[in-house]
Amino acid sequence: MNLTHLRTVLWTLVAVAALAATGLYVYTTMTRTSQVAGLGQADYQLLTAAGDAFTRDSLKGSPSMLFFGFTHCPEVCPTSLAEMTSWYEALGDEAKDLRSFFVTVDPERDTAAVIDDYVSWTGHVTGVTGTPDEIAKAAQSWGVFYEKVPLEGSDYTMDHTASIFLVNAAGEFEGTIAYRESSDTALAKLRRLLEG
Amino acid sequence: MTLRPLLLALAFATAFSPLASSAQDAPAAAHGEMAPIAIGDIAITGPFTRATLPNAPVGGGFLTLTNNGTEDDRLLSASSPIARDTQIHEMAMEGDVMKMRQLVDGLVIPAGQSVVLEPGGYHIMFMGLTQALVEGETVPVTLTFEKAGTITIDLPVGTAAADAPSGHMGH
Ligand SMILES: [Cu+2]
Repeated sequence: MNLTHLRTVLWTLVAVAALAATGLYVYTTMTRTSQVAGLGQADYQLLTAAGDAFTRDSLKGSPSMLFFGFTHCPEVCPTSLAEMTSWYEALGDEAKDLRSFFVTVDPERDTAAVIDDYVSWTGHVTGVTGTPDEIAKAAQSWGVFYEKVPLEGSDYTMDHTASIFLVNAAGEFEGTIAYRESSDTALAKLRRLLEG
Repeated sequence: MTLRPLLLALAFATAFSPLASSAQDAPAAAHGEMAPIAIGDIAITGPFTRATLPNAPVGGGFLTLTNNGTEDDRLLSASSPIARDTQIHEMAMEGDVMKMRQLVDGLVIPAGQSVVLEPGGYHIMFMGLTQALVEGETVPVTLTFEKAGTITIDLPVGTAAADAPSGHMGH
């Protein structure tokens, strides 16, 4: 194959990749607006670790990251909290209005005191807990899956949705940051959220 | 078409790549080659655990088990003084859901093959930590194999979970 041919082939591949990526973006944007309108809009009555009420209205006023997890989580929750913290550091002053909430899906073990201890080192993330019924309402409203899984002895663990929800200042769903998404992509999404 | 949607689309497309790069966060690469540890036909390489975040009640242990023998072996159990209970687990992402399972029958190490215990997959799970895991220290773990027997090894404590996803922060 001569160089001209090679160049043509490579540019074609670039074009195909760009088109595919654009198509994917348009597709996800379209399905997002049609499928997830109303996400998080049901009523639920939770409490922050400090004892303040946490409802859907608590997510209004400034943009937020919202994560559902539990303190006995082996990897996803500590990693996500650490990444959220690193994004605050990377964004600096840009993130001054950004709030973050860690809602437990394991309220039986994650009391206000436990969850406060667990997230307080981040300096940015507010722990949220509540009764099992109200946690279930909040999770259902956000389309979050969680399930108790027994371990040997009396122990158990929780399967749970690992995505971070991005919520705009109107309290509406704006998108997600997936577990282990690249920090560049995560920061781009956060900047877009903060720009409004 | 304006440039902005294209850039966003490309940013979106790159979102699918982190898993590929994270596969390179090999413990050996992050923590240096260690002297080989062996018991019977089982060679243990690249052991490590991670510093825990404050008040974290659980932790994970990671290593590679290579069976140099001609018969399958099985990691039956693990124990450690740093935890109330130590178990053998598998973690997996199913879509955007994190699932973790206890391997009650242990983990088979097929003859002539290696099984990697690593973040995001098989791991030794420390439940009910009795102490914080501090970077730079080591924690002992005792492994019992069906055929090879029992061995106690030290897991060097690496960086916190914070550093694992990218594999190049804090090193
Ligand atoms: Cu586990």
